Amino acid sequence: MKDDSTRKPENTSGVSRRDFMKISGVGVALPLVLGPKMVEAAGEEVAVHGPGKVPIALTVNGKKLTAQLEPRVTLLDALRDNFDLTGAKRVCDRGVCGACTVLMDGKTVNACAVLAIDAQGKNITTIEGLAKGDALSPVMQAFVAHDAQQCGFCTPGFIVATTHFLEQHPNPTAEDIRRGLSGNYCRCGTYNGIRAVALAKPEGRAS
Amino acid sequence: MSEYKWPDPATRPLLGKRISRVDGPLKASGRAKYTYDYNPNGLLAGKILRCPHAHARIVSIDSSAAEKMAGVKAVKVLQQPGTEIFWAGDEVVAVAAVDESTAEDAIRAIKVQYEVLPHSVSDAEPPTNVGVSSGPISRDDFEDMEDNQVPDEQVIAAIKANGISFKPDDKYLKDAQASGVDPKVVEALRAAKYAEATTARSPYKKTAVQKQGDPDKAFTSAAAVSEGLYGASCITHCCLETHGMASEWPTDKDLVVHVSTQNLSGIAPQVSEPLGIPAGNIQVLQQYIGGGFGSKFSPDRWGIATAQLSKAAGGKPVKIMLERDAEQEVAGMRPSGFARVKIAADKDGKLVAWESRSWGTGGVGGGGSPPLPYIFEIPNQRKQHIAISTNQGSARAWRAPNHPQAAVITMTAIEDLTAKMNMDPVDFITRNLELTGPREKIYRDELPIAAELMDWKNKWHPRGDKSAGPIKRGLGLSLHTWGGRGHNSDCDLTIHPDGSVEIKMATQDLGTGCRTIITIVAADTLGIPLDNIKLLIGDSRYPVSGASGGSTTSGGVTSSTRRAAVDARDQLFAKVAPALKAQPEELEAVNATVRVKSDPSRSLRWKEACAKIGAMPMTIRGKNPDKSKPPDLTNSGVGGVQMADVSVDTETGIVRVNKMVAVQDCGLVVDVKTAESQVLGALIMGISYALYEEKILDPVTGRMLNPNMEFYRLAGIADIGEMKVHMMTGKGYDERGVIGLAEPPVVSPGAAISNAVANAIGVRVPFLPLTPARVLEALENGGTHATV
Repeated sequence: MKDDSTRKPENTSGVSRRDFMKISGVGVALPLVLGPKMVEAAGEEVAVHGPGKVPIALTVNGKKLTAQLEPRVTLLDALRDNFDLTGAKRVCDRGVCGACTVLMDGKTVNACAVLAIDAQGKNITTIEGLAKGDALSPVMQAFVAHDAQQCGFCTPGFIVATTHFLEQHPNPTAEDIRRGLSGNYCRCGTYNGIRAVALAKPEGRAS
Repeated sequence: MSEYKWPDPATRPLLGKRISRVDGPLKASGRAKYTYDYNPNGLLAGKILRCPHAHARIVSIDSSAAEKMAGVKAVKVLQQPGTEIFWAGDEVVAVAAVDESTAEDAIRAIKVQYEVLPHSVSDAEPPTNVGVSSGPISRDDFEDMEDNQVPDEQVIAAIKANGISFKPDDKYLKDAQASGVDPKVVEALRAAKYAEATTARSPYKKTAVQKQGDPDKAFTSAAAVSEGLYGASCITHCCLETHGMASEWPTDKDLVVHVSTQNLSGIAPQVSEPLGIPAGNIQVLQQYIGGGFGSKFSPDRWGIATAQLSKAAGGKPVKIMLERDAEQEVAGMRPSGFARVKIAADKDGKLVAWESRSWGTGGVGGGGSPPLPYIFEIPNQRKQHIAISTNQGSARAWRAPNHPQAAVITMTAIEDLTAKMNMDPVDFITRNLELTGPREKIYRDELPIAAELMDWKNKWHPRGDKSAGPIKRGLGLSLHTWGGRGHNSDCDLTIHPDGSVEIKMATQDLGTGCRTIITIVAADTLGIPLDNIKLLIGDSRYPVSGASGGSTTSGGVTSSTRRAAVDARDQLFAKVAPALKAQPEELEAVNATVRVKSDPSRSLRWKEACAKIGAMPMTIRGKNPDKSKPPDLTNSGVGGVQMADVSVDTETGIVRVNKMVAVQDCGLVVDVKTAESQVLGALIMGISYALYEEKILDPVTGRMLNPNMEFYRLAGIADIGEMKVHMMTGKGYDERGVIGLAEPPVVSPGAAISNAVANAIGVRVPFLPLTPARVLEALENGGTHATV
C-alpha cells in the first residue's frame, strides 16, 4: 500500500535528517542492503533489481523525489501515483499517443515507455514544471488564446511537445509542424488551434 | 414583467463575441483534475477480469488464490457461473488491491472455465432470402433502439407489430421516461402485448418494406437512374480518458463517487438501485472529463464494482479506469451502416425516387437504422433495413447517432446520380432544396457561402481528374441536420452583498465550452466581467441539470442561467431603485454599474449596488423549461453544409485532405470562439473516421484486432489540411435562440470526403474508412462491389 511518506516530494533546498546521516557516513552501507543483486549473464556481471520494491530517486522539475517502487513501475505511473504529478496522462499506455509526454534531459519522451528506475539520474520536466506558480508559460498562454484545447486531456502532453518543438524550430514551417507534432493525438480535434499556436511562435520556456 | 428574451445585438457586451474558454488556463497548466487523476491517500486500484471469448457460458470461477494474495483487499464476482456472455471483454470478476500491479497479479491468479459457444462478428451484406422478423422485441432490442435514437414512430410501430418479450414494471416505465424516452413510446410499452422470446435467434432482424408514392413508376419514367453501394464501418469512441469511476464510503450508509461522465445528475439514480441504498446518500463528483462523445451516460458495471469493492474493503477508495484495450473493445462503438441504393431524378435534376436495402450492426441488439434518405424527402420511396446481431460490445450513442451513416449513404448516392447527369453537385443540390422541409432557407443561405470559401466554381471539375500524373484532386460536399432543443436544467444564482456572484449547477463541461457559455450568459445579463462570477459545476449536490447528449446542453444551461440572471438582476434593481430615485424598470446593469437608462449619471457601481441587498446573500433558482417565464430561449433543428478538397494518390491509394469548409447554423451563437472550435473538432473527427478509423473484428476469435491506438488510428496534426469554419449569425439565426452544436458538424465530413475522392478518381469507393486498400480495389474493380 502507498504510505504517506512516499507521496510527499522532498525538498532539496535544505539538508534533511536523512541527507545528514548520509553525509556523516552512517548511511553509507545501507544501499548495499537494498541495492541490486549481482548475477552473471552472458559472461558479464549485471545488476538485478527487484522483483520487490526498491528505492528510486528521481529529479523532477528541479526537485529530488524518492519512493519505494517495483522496478516494473513506469516513469508515468511513478509521477502520477506517487508524486501526484497528474498533468501527464495515461491514454494508450504504450508509447503511441503522446499524452504522457515529459522532457528527459531536455528531450521529449513518452513517460509510459520509460521505467522509473531507468529515469534515475536524469532531469525530468513535466507540464507542472513549465508553469511558474500561477503564471502560464508563453506556450500555455498561446494554447488558451488560440483555443487549442477542448476536453484538455491531451493538452499537457501537447504543450510539453510544442514547447520542445519550438525550441528546436523557432521559425517553423507548416511542414515542420506536420512532422514535428505528429507524435501526439487529440480526440476532440484541436489540431487547427495547435497549428496556429506553433505558427504564432510563442517563446518556449517560462522565464 | 421581466424580459427574459435574449438581448438585441446592440445590448450584448459579451454574448456572441469571441471569448477564450474560462477553464483554459487551468487545463493548459496541467492542473485540471480528471477522474483518472483522483488519487487520495490509501487509494486501492481496481482491475477487471474480462471474458476472452466472444460468446461463452461461465462454467466455474475460482478466485481463492487471488483472495489469499498479499495486498489484495477485495474480490467481487460480477457475473456468476451459468451466465451467458455475449461479447469478448465482458466483465467477470473485479479485484481491489494496494496498487495496480498487485491487482493485475491477482487477476492473473483467478481461474475461470468457460463453455465456448459459436459467435458471429460479421456485418457483411446479409443474404437476400432473409425473412422479415416478426419475433417480439426484447428489453435489449428496445434499449438499443432508444440508445440509437430510432424515431419514436418507428419504435412504436415495432412494439405494436411484434409485441415485447419482457414485462416492464411501473418503475421501469418511470425510469425510461425520466431518462428521456418519449411518453408516447412509454405508453406503447405499457400497452404492448407480451410474447415469449423465440429461442432460435437469427442474427438478422429485417424490417417490413416501407413504401411511399409509386417508386416503380417513378424509376421507369425518370430521366436518370443511378445504383450504388455505400456505407461506413463500425468505429469506437476512443475517449482519451478511458471510462472509469472511484468510490468510497465515508460511513457505511454514504457513498461518494468520482466518475468520468456526461450525465453527472443522472449517475446517483443508476448507482443506488444495484447497491440498494438511497440515491440521496450518494454524492457524485466530476470537475473535468477527457472526452465522452456519447459513450459516458452510465456508471457501467465496472463503476458499480468500485462501490462494491470499496464496501468490502472497509470503505477505502477504490478506482477502476479501463485499460485502453477494454476501452476500445467494450466501452462504446458507432454502429456500421451500409446500403445498396437506387436513386433517380427527372430531366430537370429533381430527385423523384429512392430505393434502399440497408444493413448494419450495433452489437448483440442489432442496432438502429439510419434515417434514409437523409435530409431529402424524396416523393417516391421503397426501403428496408436489416439489423445484424454480432457478438461485440454494444453500440453507444456516438455523436449524432445514425446521422453520419445516413449521410454517407444518401449524399454519396446523390453525388453519383449528379455525376451521371453531368451536373455540378452545388447546382443539383440547390435545385432539390425544396425537398429539405423546414431547413430549406438555411441551406439556401449556407451553400453559396461554403462554395465561396472553397472556391468551388474555379476548383470543381466533372467527375474524374483528367490531369496527368498519379495524384488526382477532387471536391465533394454534404448537408446535414440535427434536432437539439434544451435539456431540463436548474441552477442557483447567488448575489452576495459584496458584489460577488456564484452559480451552482450539476452539469458537466465535456470540453465543449459549457462553463464558458454559462459564465458569458450570466455576466452579459448582469453587466459585470466574466471573472466576477464563480461557476460551480460537477457536484450532484447542486441543482439538477440534464445529461450532455443530443446537443441539448447549450440550450438547457444557457436558458436556466438567463432566467436566473434576469430575475436576480431585477430583484437587485428593486433594492437599488430608491437609492437612485428611480423605478426598478428604469434601471439597467452595464459596465459593472447599475444606472438609470435615461440618465446614466445616476449610477451605482456594481459592488455599491449589491451592498443594498442587505446582510444576507440572495439566491435565485433558474429553470429550463419554464413556461411561466417565456419565451422559449432554445430551439430545435439546425442545418449545415460542408465541402472537402482531397488529393488521391492512385498508385498507393492514399487520400489526403487538402481543405475542409464548414458552414454551420446553431441559432444564437453564445461564444464564437468555442463554437468554431467545436466545428473544427468535428471536421477533424470526421477526417479521422472518413480515412482511418475502423473497429476490426477477427472472425475466428471474435476479438477486436486493433484495441489500441497504433492500429486504431486517429487523425494527427499532419492529416488535417486547411480548415475554414463559418458560423451563421445575425438576422434569421440569432432570434431562434441557443441550439447545441455537438452533433451536427460531425455528420457530413465522411460523405463530403467520400464524394471528393469519387470526384478525384472517377469511381466511388463504397465504404468508409477510405483506406488505401479500398481505394485501390475501387480503382481496379469499379465501385460497385466492395469487401466490408
